[in-house]
Amino acid sequence: MDYSQFGAMVPELIILGIFLVIFLFDTFGGDSCKKLLSPLTVVLFTLATVAIWVVPSCNEMVFGGMYVNSTACNAIKCILNVGVLVVLLQSMKWADSDEGFIRKGEFYELLMVTLFGMYLMISSRHFLLFIIGLESASLPMAALIAYNKKRHESAEAAVKYILTAVFSSGILLMGLSFVYAFSGGSLYFSDIAASVNTYVAGTEGATQFNGLLVVALAFVIAGLGFKLSLVPFHLWTADVYQGAPTAITSYLSVVSKGAAAFAFFVIFVQCFGAAYPEAWEWMMYGLIILTITVGNLFAIRQKNMKRFMAFSSISQAGYLMLGVMAADSLGLASMLFYIFVYVVSNLGAFGVISSIENKTGKVGMDDYNGLQKTNPWLAFIMTLAMFSLAGIPPFAGFFSKFLIFTSVTGTGSVALYILVLVALINTIVSLYYYLLVVKAMWISPEEPVIERYQSALSERAALWLCTAGIVFFGLVPYIYQYCVNAVGDADGFLAQFMRLPLN
Amino acid sequence: MDLSILWYLIPSVLMFACGVYGFITRKNMIAMLISIELILNSSDLNFVIFNRYLFPGSMEGMVFTLFAVAIAAAETAVAIAIIINIFRKIGNTDISEAKKMKY
Repeated sequence: MDYSQFGAMVPELIILGIFLVIFLFDTFGGDSCKKLLSPLTVVLFTLATVAIWVVPSCNEMVFGGMYVNSTACNAIKCILNVGVLVVLLQSMKWADSDEGFIRKGEFYELLMVTLFGMYLMISSRHFLLFIIGLESASLPMAALIAYNKKRHESAEAAVKYILTAVFSSGILLMGLSFVYAFSGGSLYFSDIAASVNTYVAGTEGATQFNGLLVVALAFVIAGLGFKLSLVPFHLWTADVYQGAPTAITSYLSVVSKGAAAFAFFVIFVQCFGAAYPEAWEWMMYGLIILTITVGNLFAIRQKNMKRFMAFSSISQAGYLMLGVMAADSLGLASMLFYIFVYVVSNLGAFGVISSIENKTGKVGMDDYNGLQKTNPWLAFIMTLAMFSLAGIPPFAGFFSKFLIFTSVTGTGSVALYILVLVALINTIVSLYYYLLVVKAMWISPEEPVIERYQSALSERAALWLCTAGIVFFGLVPYIYQYCVNAVGDADGFLAQFMRLPLN
Repeated sequence: MDLSILWYLIPSVLMFACGVYGFITRKNMIAMLISIELILNSSDLNFVIFNRYLFPGSMEGMVFTLFAVAIAAAETAVAIAIIINIFRKIGNTDISEAKKMKY
């Protein structure tokens, strides 16, 4: 066997290396070393992020075409890394508290393993590797959600997560078995794409297999939709987000969702791209409208901040899926940009939530009444995050929404214009509930519930990172250019299946 | 004697339907887990059938099944651990008792 192939897997190897270092340090380090564990992880992970950013990605397919680390894959890995870094900074104080300290090492180890699984999901070009990545992302995640053994909510959330996650994997595997049936005995994305192409082109067997293709697609969409919490499959989201420790919730809402969205794009555009108008355009059309609308309407009535963010993240997943609807390189580029902006905006909001929860244990929206009188900076950052999530112009969220809408309407079809109109109307609805939080913090006349306090240094660092992202990502064109270049630069394996060439 | 592929596919699909039905109707978490196992096994069966009948020359479906079985075992292990954890909280494995968070 040619071991030099592992040289193409630099990001995965780096993450595994960090995992091993943390594991050995945690196991053999003794109690005195436990205090050093969080700074060590943050430093190592920062170095890894820089390394993955700097080391040129190798566009070569390895392991018989099962794995590729193209520039687009590398870009999404960098984006996720930024998210994980912010989550690590946010959770440092929590990991040192009584709740986290006992098994602190396990928290970091499981975090690294889930990230490794997501990397595999992103880079795999064969369904076997994809399933392995998906499972090694979602099983440690269940353990993380159940992390707090003493709290009832944590256990309950973990049960709900693991049962729905395994159920959705079952549905996905069933769909893949149908895909296998018509793909000519191969699970490589490229082979599946070739056979989908022949069936759609109307050669022999076209009518015979079309039903099978639609059924397979419905199963695959359902299975992946669970991971992304698209609407008919979203019921686990709110409970899991509420019950899990806040550090895990923020990880689950941005990093896990970003990785799943990218993998979704690759699978649908590369494998099933040829069947776009026949088979899955209308499925995704309905799903996106449902996801955005239902997510928004349910978010309005939430009183718990974590549940509120859960429904907000459901509707944001709907906006992300607009990139899949566009199904071209502009769609992928704006999806990358959207994920990046979503990472900083959502983590900004979660940074405030987790800081307040660590200090006072309060997560209700009423507890935020009059926050600006006691903690003006936290209220300010929360406001920025809410504005950015709602898409108010000077902040990054506006630009990401604008770009993703542009990419959908680029094809000029009337149906897609209507889809964008629905999404736009929903943006207004979302503005209402995001501003409810802002109103509670700035306008509400009631006496503040939360006393004045100073956040920990690590939390403040995370919040400053997010604030900088929210303010500057929209205004600095480099970020969007980075996404476009990453997609455009010789991601040939994907580009040949795009509907529109990038010009 | 050669049976048609349908004679294998129908039991597999039935198994899948039973799994989905059981997952939706059962209130016991262990029973729900068993239903999920039915779903996973039916898809494994599907892979093997398609491999044997449609593509007898290659082994990809069989290999995939081996991995899927291993992954299913890991999933069950984690799920059982989590169910034991909640059993200690609520004293039984009834999913309708796990209702502290709703709507």
